[in-house]
Amino acid sequence: MSDDHILSVDSLMMRFGGIVAVNSLSFTAERRKITALIGPNGAGKTTVFNCITGFYRPSGGALRLTHDDGRSFQLERLGDFRISKLAKVARTFQNIRLFPGMTALENLMVAQHNALMRASGLTFLGLIGAPSWRQAEERAIDLARTWLDRVGLLPRADDAAGNLPYGDQRRLEIARAMCTEPALLCLDEPAAGLNARESGGLNELLLSIRDLGTSILLIEHDMSVVMEISDHVVVMDYGVKIAEGSPQAVRDDPKVIAAYLGADEEEAIAVMESGT
Amino acid sequence: MSANPVRPSPAPQTSGAAFIFKKALISAGVALVLFSLMIGVRTEAGPQGGLIYWTRFGDLAALVATVFGGSIIVELLRQWWGPVDSERIVPKPVQAAMSFAGRWLAPALLVFAFLIPVIFYNQRYILDLSILVLTYVMLGWGLNVVVGLAGLLDLGYVAFYAVGAYSYALLATNFGLSFWVCLPLAGILAAFWGVLLGFPVLRLRGDYLAIVTLAFGEIIRLVIINWQSLTGGPNGVSGIPRPTLFGIPLDNSDDGLAAKLGIDFSPTHRIIFLFYLILALALVTNWVTIRLRRLPIGRAWEALREDEVACRALGINVTTTKLTAFATGAMFGGFAGAFFATRQGFISPESFTFQESALVLAIVVLGGMGSQLGVALAAVTMIGGFELFRGLDQYRMLFFGMAMVVLMIWRPRGLIGHRAPTVFLERNQAISSDLVKEGHG
Repeated sequence: MSDDHILSVDSLMMRFGGIVAVNSLSFTAERRKITALIGPNGAGKTTVFNCITGFYRPSGGALRLTHDDGRSFQLERLGDFRISKLAKVARTFQNIRLFPGMTALENLMVAQHNALMRASGLTFLGLIGAPSWRQAEERAIDLARTWLDRVGLLPRADDAAGNLPYGDQRRLEIARAMCTEPALLCLDEPAAGLNARESGGLNELLLSIRDLGTSILLIEHDMSVVMEISDHVVVMDYGVKIAEGSPQAVRDDPKVIAAYLGADEEEAIAVMESGT
Repeated sequence: MSANPVRPSPAPQTSGAAFIFKKALISAGVALVLFSLMIGVRTEAGPQGGLIYWTRFGDLAALVATVFGGSIIVELLRQWWGPVDSERIVPKPVQAAMSFAGRWLAPALLVFAFLIPVIFYNQRYILDLSILVLTYVMLGWGLNVVVGLAGLLDLGYVAFYAVGAYSYALLATNFGLSFWVCLPLAGILAAFWGVLLGFPVLRLRGDYLAIVTLAFGEIIRLVIINWQSLTGGPNGVSGIPRPTLFGIPLDNSDDGLAAKLGIDFSPTHRIIFLFYLILALALVTNWVTIRLRRLPIGRAWEALREDEVACRALGINVTTTKLTAFATGAMFGGFAGAFFATRQGFISPESFTFQESALVLAIVVLGGMGSQLGVALAAVTMIGGFELFRGLDQYRMLFFGMAMVVLMIWRPRGLIGHRAPTVFLERNQAISSDLVKEGHG
């Protein structure tokens, strides 16, 4: 395996009873790049995400995540919260899952739970108000403030997350994931429900996150997002990979067009030739 | 939660006299059907074992008429009041007065609590009642960690109260350990049982969690009743030593506190000592809880109540977070139990029935889940209310139940439903109860 792959998925298999949702899927995500996973509805994209982030235990295959320092993790063996805690994989959800009754700032503080637990001496140092804990808390607030600023939510830091407009909630969820200081950020349809202007802002945000050194894996339906910012695109249909490559190459692939249009390949080629 | 339910605009017929009359008639019809067998016909076993019955149509008619009249009155009241959940404009001075009261209520209550033994020195009844209220305040604050913060519905909280009480009672009577040694032990043992309960219920949510915790509470009580050789069974444990002021007993012996201070002995000294003891214990509970809320563990509890899946995605160990919530709540319950044992001098399983759990849970829910001040107010209202209505004899529970129903209609999220943020950059503004989740396990 080459060193610049942060994530390599090797013949991933996921069965639910008799249904094969993901069938020996293999792909890699490069370090400090944006990899997009696309496909029609029901192609198994979110299932792949749930396997990578530990919400499902894969029926077969291997998921290897390699950090910058060379440490690697077999994600299929870690499971649950350890994937986020140890392997540093953060995720967002297709239908936003913030803590609606907590403020934007509190949401970002919860994200730093593991670092703060260590700093608070498993609560005991924090309970007596040790100076080391106070400093750690200040640093955590600073990190949260930085991310609120980056997603443009600093003026709303003290508002309840549930009171924010939809687009702000999307960006807050990304900021919350980034506050766990992840190596790999998995975004499940971050542009869903955003208007053109918001989606443009999201593109800039994701590119800036990539430039800060975090690799991104993204599921997206909005082709403008995928085509503009992805470095690499993997196309799935019915649980298998049907194409892979640069955004340009994938867009012109007859198999991809066929999958999206629901037509067979020859018809798709005909459409392409007559259309462009 | 985000969108308000669409309310149809008030239809014109809701105000007409014909509508009210029709509604009252329907209510009376339902009452007639319901009560005709329950009230109208009375059956009894006759002397030969046969069934004899007689009719009470007069009573039936009176009840149906009451329902008819009551329905008209309720409907008129409802129309006078307007739609239940419409926004009401509160005048500015009233708002200002309320926010002023909100700010100073807690300190004022605290000062009043400290002064109670001074003001009511000669009124044994009020002192005893205050101790009882404070015990429930402490229990409410303890359960608030589990139910209010972590959102885990616990119907068996009294089990930890029992563990604390029996820990102190048995350690003190069998090994002669002093109250101050047993107090932390009682807390630790209760916390241990909290973790033990926590393990099997980790995967349960909501109603299922409530059922298992309820069963756990009953198991502890049944074990206490049946383990006669250790706990004395239904006879309980008697002769539990009274607490001492760091080794100085509060009695009329030569080395008692009164003799050492050179003042006349009075049994009130012990009552006042107990009062300040439970006040201190309750305030420690409160202080620790407020402190914990601002620490990562407390934020994780609240996050768990808001969204467990998101917690897992952020690398929070949901298992240990739930267990620490159970253990912390149970520990405070254990402290309160040890206090209860030393105050009573005698404990038996009868003190630890499900009714106690329900009462403490009602205090937490009524006060507003998660709100420390709300829980304290609710404990004062509930326990004080019990005493206030004592003159009403058998109607006491009826009035009390009605008061609770009205309170829950008026403030569905408890006396203090909003949530104060644990950290802020510029504005420390309360979060509306509409946004805060109740938690489902």
